[in-house]
Amino acid sequence: MDQPSVIETEALTKVYGAQTAVDQLTLQVFEGEIFGFLGPNGAGKTTTILMLMGLTEPTRGRARVLGLDPVKNPIQIKEKVGYLQENMGFYPDLDARQMLRFIAELNAIPPEKIEQRIDHALKAVGLADEAAKKIGAYSRGMRQRLGLAELLIKDSKIAFLDEPTLGLDPDATNRMISLIESLCRDRKMTILLSSHLLHQVQQICHRVGIMIKGKMVAQGPLEKLAKEKFGVGKETYTLEEIYMKYFQEN
Amino acid sequence: MRGIKAIIKKELSDHFSSYRFIILFALIAMVSLITVYMVGLNIRHELKGIAKPRFVFLMLFTSSGTLFSLVQFVAFFGPLVGLMLGFDTINRERNQGTLSKLLSQPIYRDVVINGKFLAGVILIAVMMVSIVLVIAGLGLLMVGVVPGPEECLRMLIYLLISVIYIALWLGVAIFFSILFRSTATSALAALAIWIFFSFFISLGASVVANAMAGNPGGDSAEALVKKAEIVKAVSLLSPMELYTDATATIIDPRRKSARSFITVGPLEQLSMSRFSGPLALSQSILVVAPHLIFLTALTVICFAVSYAVFMRQEIRSL
Repeated sequence: MDQPSVIETEALTKVYGAQTAVDQLTLQVFEGEIFGFLGPNGAGKTTTILMLMGLTEPTRGRARVLGLDPVKNPIQIKEKVGYLQENMGFYPDLDARQMLRFIAELNAIPPEKIEQRIDHALKAVGLADEAAKKIGAYSRGMRQRLGLAELLIKDSKIAFLDEPTLGLDPDATNRMISLIESLCRDRKMTILLSSHLLHQVQQICHRVGIMIKGKMVAQGPLEKLAKEKFGVGKETYTLEEIYMKYFQEN
Repeated sequence: MRGIKAIIKKELSDHFSSYRFIILFALIAMVSLITVYMVGLNIRHELKGIAKPRFVFLMLFTSSGTLFSLVQFVAFFGPLVGLMLGFDTINRERNQGTLSKLLSQPIYRDVVINGKFLAGVILIAVMMVSIVLVIAGLGLLMVGVVPGPEECLRMLIYLLISVIYIALWLGVAIFFSILFRSTATSALAALAIWIFFSFFISLGASVVANAMAGNPGGDSAEALVKKAEIVKAVSLLSPMELYTDATATIIDPRRKSARSFITVGPLEQLSMSRFSGPLALSQSILVVAPHLIFLTALTVICFAVSYAVFMRQEIRSL
């Protein structure tokens, strides 16, 4: 890979009480790629993202996001990195426009640019017609797309998407996946995507990492992982088969 | 303090559009209007006994018409406003998942809590000022007296003390909203603290006084005075007591001591009866300065504790 890496961790570890949530994690994500961050629930994916965002401090180890240390420069990282959390978190009483305006103000976007960016972002995620509706009345899929609109408002360089397809119907899932792909393609956003929909992940991810019980057990392009597990020449692998194999071994 | 303006703006618009606040505000405005109306009706009667009435305007706020005065009313129900505004500040955001969204924006963590506290204080100030203005206007109409500069100054100080007093309870409520995940728990805990410090302290004070002073000489004068002193000292633990004493002295210039009559020494009593003119503003301030400082200190401590707890909390548990 000739692209420079934008996320790097070295032996990153987080211990909560007696439980080690993330154990000696070494992760590398390159600029402009979609990285599939896989693993069972409770494997430590969200904790890793929180540490990369500077929202929680690692117990040991080191991380670099865009060359910055999340422990020392969390604000600079949060300026450039967007985080779409699992439970979304919207104010139900605001409409989409008010929500995006609030996000823009928190990100100190110049007031004269705010409305234009909101229009653009709403259009890009296909919410321009429901902008005046209260978020409380939104469907899950619409909320997730509004989350992506937030990333557009911030103009994030990197996006951490934590289970963005959770609980969506097939149509909404496809829409979400193609939006995520277009963020990477058109906006040159680097995306760290955590999801359980292995079929869709396989379609859009350039590389994947599989995390089990706090440890990264495999990392790399799909072909490489397939070769490691099934031997050279096996062309019929799917991500699901690879994932299950790793899962059973650990 | 980057982003604090956005947070304050959002909080204020949330408060102003919430039914909770509108109902509360309407209730308080209504009760104060009724109170002042009563006072306005009775004020002529009260003024009859005084040869040269001064500070008639301030009597609008202190004289307790048929039920209670505005000052007493704020002492009782002001805290409720603070508690209502603050009890779900942090834990509602936590339950909605919006707290981690806020914190993943490029703002410092303390901006969130500072912004919310400041928005609450602004709201309290707006509420108190508008109530006082309405009452003043009504007073002008009903009694026909115009407040002098000193009365205006006294009103300003009264407003300041009231805002600090209500902000103290806002701080208490915010503290519990950080501590507890459920909004019902934090509301109940804050209410319990309010009831304890406002009502039970004064009951407890006499118990403590009885225990400490004992009952050796029966009802001798010294024993009574000592008891009264202890009761006063213990009840100063109650913010309501502090507030009532402080505002009463500021807004009622005829009062010269924040102490009750029984604990005032004989010479002081003599001087009080000899010189019955009202106390100058600077002297009034001197009398209440300790109360004011203590009340401010309580508010600051309360906020500082919430701040420290909030800054240390793990995001995962947010």
